[in-house]
Amino acid sequence: MSALKTLRIGPLASIQDQGRPGQLQQGVSCSGAADLLALAEGAALLRQSADLAALEMAGIGGLFEATGSVRIALTGAPMQASLDGEPLAWNASHQMQAGQKLEIGAARNGVYGYLHLGGGIDSEVLLGARSAHLMSGLGKPIAVGDLLPCGPDRTREVGLGLLAEDRFRGGALRIVEGFQADLFDAETRARFANTAFKRGSRANRMGVEMVSEGAGFAAAGQLNILSEVILPGDVQMTGDGKPFVLLREAQTTGGYPRVGTVLPCDLSKVAQAQAGTDLHFTWVTLEEGLAIQAKHDAMVKALPSHCKPLLRDPAMMQDLLSYQLVGGVISAQADPFETGDNT
Amino acid sequence: MTQSGFSFPIIRSAGLNGMLVTFADALSEPSNRATLAFCEAVKTRAWPGVQEVSTSLASVFLRFESEVLRHDALKDLLWALLDEQDWQQAALPAGRRLWRVPTVFGTELAPQLAEAADAAGMTEAQAIESLGSARVRVLTIGFAPGQPYLGPLGEEWNLPRQTELTPQVPIGALVLAISQFVLFATTAPTGWRHVGQTGFRGFQLGADDPIALRPGDEMIFTPVSRSDYDRYCLADSHFGGASREEIPA
Repeated sequence: MSALKTLRIGPLASIQDQGRPGQLQQGVSCSGAADLLALAEGAALLRQSADLAALEMAGIGGLFEATGSVRIALTGAPMQASLDGEPLAWNASHQMQAGQKLEIGAARNGVYGYLHLGGGIDSEVLLGARSAHLMSGLGKPIAVGDLLPCGPDRTREVGLGLLAEDRFRGGALRIVEGFQADLFDAETRARFANTAFKRGSRANRMGVEMVSEGAGFAAAGQLNILSEVILPGDVQMTGDGKPFVLLREAQTTGGYPRVGTVLPCDLSKVAQAQAGTDLHFTWVTLEEGLAIQAKHDAMVKALPSHCKPLLRDPAMMQDLLSYQLVGGVISAQADPFETGDNT
Repeated sequence: MTQSGFSFPIIRSAGLNGMLVTFADALSEPSNRATLAFCEAVKTRAWPGVQEVSTSLASVFLRFESEVLRHDALKDLLWALLDEQDWQQAALPAGRRLWRVPTVFGTELAPQLAEAADAAGMTEAQAIESLGSARVRVLTIGFAPGQPYLGPLGEEWNLPRQTELTPQVPIGALVLAISQFVLFATTAPTGWRHVGQTGFRGFQLGADDPIALRPGDEMIFTPVSRSDYDRYCLADSHFGGASREEIPA
């Protein structure tokens, strides 16, 4: 089976898939890719299942050599990419031949870029998933010399592109009230939604710090509440009332109070925010949240039908490159939820 | 008495696709008993749309598909089940085990025993006698794979968390705060006090049963000497000489 050999790699690159849902009772965090939409986009571009594993690269990519014929796709935070020195379009699928070298540079926007292989990365399954979860001792960061083996690839199609939703520049995070919301008074909850936040300097795959001017958002009786289940998207207030948005890799239980839960469809935006990116929270009702999430799920389901052949004309290719890599210019204008047939 | 003024149990939604049934806002044996028994009952019902059921110290969490099972419909099912019996008096689930774990209390292996004993108003010998004879229940497993919260210990052990974090405790560390133990299944920082050290690995990837403990299991941390501890760990690198027996239903 073909593989990619790692010749150079940034720190904290790891294999990720949909993670390990369903094992909370054993203390196992769901975890999985920080940007699940990127997994779905890569799967759509390669015409394969979104359950397959991909390489998640934090901030910077690496250099990879194909040991055989390999289909690849590039999604998530746009990074400079080239194949044997020729620029490659991001949010697109490409063919690699044995001996060819793929170089992926630093992220231009966002944090997590993804390299998908035709057939997925066929690494060892640990507690039901291939996702690395370093704190739990599951998997390791990818190192120089590591092979990324391809699973069985039954498709040949490459050269598809996708106009990806821009979730790399912050913005509004829609949030529903959590079961501990009433630990915060109404004024605090209202002020929370009227506050301009920036992503703080402390962030990883478990959670992201939010910083703002002015007073914190403390709860009543903050230090003696009983530890309770943590859901991805929960906004937890630390002792000094500073919010952290918890991501899918967060631990399964926690004792800090949580004001609410960011909708799953907005978590990619949290994970992909670079330090200093502007973010703010918008309260939605449970009914509104369910409707917004359903619309997102329909959009994800329709992704395969939105993958279109890349234009091969070199002049157009340049145009496409700037269009894709500078990023956001198109998709920030259009509502990505409205572009598809939601069938 | 409750802190929040709620009348328990309460049912609240959690995120978009979660529901939380809470039996108390403070830990007690009856509320944990209710939690474990109610979780088993929910699992047995196998309602269509329910994807996952888990417990925390005093709550049962359900993750479900709201397209299949609407929030209101699930709440109705849960209230009907709550009304079926007094869950605080319910029998604990079958299949529980009692683990006896050789433990070194204090010494350089567990450097915070003296400080914890002091805070509880005891000598070290009294603390070892108290902690080493306590039979505690796996109240919940959380934070990290296979990592149990154990208790409840007596009120004299209701010590607050430290304000400073201990940068790292090793796997098998027995730490204490708020009338509970945590038996570390991973190497991690903690705000709890490190009072004992065991050779018990709650999570061992590649083992037939990678996660050894189940909520409802019980544990006794038997005091042993350093030399006995070393001998146990050498002979049994997985459980550090722990024994296991079924608890009759």
